[in-house]
Amino acid sequence: MGLEAKLTQDGFVTTTIDAVVAWARKSSVWPMPMGISCCAIEMIAAADPKYDISRFGSEVMRFTPRQCDLMIVAGTVTYKMAQVVKRIYDQMPDPKWVIAMGACTSSGGMYRSYSVVQGIDQFLPVDVYTAGCPPRPENLLNALITIQEKIGKTRARDFQDIIQPKTEIANN
Amino acid sequence: MEVKELIIKKVKEGFGETNVEVVDALGDLSFTVSKDKLVEFAKFLKTNSDLEFIMCKDVTAIDWATRKKRFTTVYHLYSFKLNFNLRVKANLDEEPYQVDSVSSIWESANWYERETFDMYGIDFKNHPDLRRMYMPEGFQYYPLRKDFPVLGIPGSLPLPQKPE
Amino acid sequence: MEKIHNVYSDEKIYKKLLEDKNITIEDALDNEMVINMGPQHPATHGVLRIVLRLDGETVVKAVPELGYLHRGYEKMAEDMSFIEFIPHTDRLDYTATLCNNVAYVLAVEKLAGIEAPKRAQWIRMIVAELSRIAAHMVAIGTFAMDVGAVTMVMWTFRERERIQEIFDRLAGARFTTSYTRLGGVAADLDDVTLKLIRDFLDSFDKELNDMDSLVLHNRIFIDRLEGVGILSKADAIAYGITGPNLRASGVEYDVRRANPYLFYNEVDFKIPTYSEGDSLARYFLRGDEVRESVKILYQCLDKIPQGEVMANDPKKVLPPKTEIYSRMEELIHDFMIINYGINPPVGDSFFSAENPKGELGFYIVSNGEGQPWKMKIRSPSFCNLQVLSKLCEGAMISDVIAIIGSLDPVMGEADK
Repeated sequence: MGLEAKLTQDGFVTTTIDAVVAWARKSSVWPMPMGISCCAIEMIAAADPKYDISRFGSEVMRFTPRQCDLMIVAGTVTYKMAQVVKRIYDQMPDPKWVIAMGACTSSGGMYRSYSVVQGIDQFLPVDVYTAGCPPRPENLLNALITIQEKIGKTRARDFQDIIQPKTEIANN
Repeated sequence: MEVKELIIKKVKEGFGETNVEVVDALGDLSFTVSKDKLVEFAKFLKTNSDLEFIMCKDVTAIDWATRKKRFTTVYHLYSFKLNFNLRVKANLDEEPYQVDSVSSIWESANWYERETFDMYGIDFKNHPDLRRMYMPEGFQYYPLRKDFPVLGIPGSLPLPQKPE
Repeated sequence: MEKIHNVYSDEKIYKKLLEDKNITIEDALDNEMVINMGPQHPATHGVLRIVLRLDGETVVKAVPELGYLHRGYEKMAEDMSFIEFIPHTDRLDYTATLCNNVAYVLAVEKLAGIEAPKRAQWIRMIVAELSRIAAHMVAIGTFAMDVGAVTMVMWTFRERERIQEIFDRLAGARFTTSYTRLGGVAADLDDVTLKLIRDFLDSFDKELNDMDSLVLHNRIFIDRLEGVGILSKADAIAYGITGPNLRASGVEYDVRRANPYLFYNEVDFKIPTYSEGDSLARYFLRGDEVRESVKILYQCLDKIPQGEVMANDPKKVLPPKTEIYSRMEELIHDFMIINYGINPPVGDSFFSAENPKGELGFYIVSNGEGQPWKMKIRSPSFCNLQVLSKLCEGAMISDVIAIIGSLDPVMGEADK
């Protein structure tokens, strides 16, 4: 965002800048682990010495949303917790992506009851869904690689409409 | 077997034969008292030097949807001296459903009674801090009653808006 | 950012927070803050929310709030048969999944009067003790990580991966297995798995000594935990605490000794007890319990008999699959059990087992049909969290994290 978002035409310089920026973004995706229940233990297992996640670029799992660009929602989301998840999603800076890990976040899972949200795509835009209850750590790494491929195809002009309106007021 | 008979004998001596019903089935012993005498019975069980039921493990309620006495509160107690788990029950009949709180006798009953209030709507008198435990404060229903559906009532819990 | 809807308002929490009962600090009203240690936090072991009232760095009052993971287990249990509920019990204490399975199946067997064969009981013991080791590994690792020793979580999870490999071979899944059944276990224990368990146990002692040498002589670790969160014996009994937290305060109560189930009265093990009641004692106690579990496992591996692993009671226990596909009687029994349930006698029963977090109890009320009329889960983490607000008063903010780590709650269990 910023300078390269103002480059909207295709040309040799702009496509190279796009490719370099996309490569940099996808090689160092820092996840924010929204670990709520059992899938959180498998997410920690994906970061332990056997299924290392830091060899894919996710070296640190920051628990503050201000420094992350990927949110992994792991665990059953209830109506009470949905307010908190949305609030934290709003605090993450653009560009951001969301992985819905496990059956509970994809569709409510085995909990068809009065207090469980039947899938987080009712209030969050999801990029990759992961199946399993809980999904194996290799499955989570597969989801991460899919997100990296998705990031590798983005161009700067995809993020143009997310520029805050306040900068235009300042220019006048 | 001797422990059960000892307990039944001590309770009948100390508390009177007519106030207490005894049920001994499936390996467990349980007493049923009327709800007015509940706190007195609880104090007797805790302070009697032969019984000493000093730990309260659980407080819950049962909803018999079609009986006249709709709710029954159930207390599980444990005595280190006799190494025995005991169950005490009290029946509640008409609206409003109220019973005295035993949190002045066992501290652990504080949160258990809050949870029972949240799930069943039973009011515990003299409870220091009766508010909901699991559901948010503005929720208007009591989930574990038999007339509340498993899937919930749509619109009772609001969701945030999806962006764009 | 969106405003939180007013169904989720916090008025009653703030009213309780501002009650002035035990103010022991001078000038308390001059510079106080109200801080929310929210449900999303790296060190709250799940989604636990604590609202703190602080005077500088010292906590004046703390009010915890639960319910962010309330999934409605007890309501769903009234709607499904006993066998259908077994996968749900896995997700209660999700660090020690097989212990919950064993406890639930024993509770229903007590109500319905089913007896599992001997080999199945010994296999259940082996699996429960391995789960206990796995759960304490998570507890020790995350507790040390919260206090600052980040290497511990990597080492303990490496050991946990070896246990999960054993479960993978035995039950088909690493983590949430649903391995036990009413009347036995789902699959038999073969020789390759036995060898894996023995290899794991032989090398485990050295790893435990390595982990101990990492933190035991560390001045910072001991200073951070000694004398923090002292729980006295009378308080522990009055608040209904069970498990390692009770044993660290001086009460020697373990359900495996007091009310033995499975074959715990035929194996020889000690019950470690400490009398100080602070966080360091609770940390040491979990390490001691892991060593006792290793001793129990060695004895189980020696004593396990040959035999079958499912009981032979056609009205209540599912027949084996090969018989169902080829014979008429077993097909009819299978149909009746799956569709109409096992029909236990009318009445209620309470059974509790020793989980790594405390005492997990199931109170089941049945009215003769295949589904329970009521099921109450007495979860240990819910009871252990009651004492949190008392222990946090007068402590500093960083001590709050040490206290939560030492009490070791798991929110899947506390919120049901």
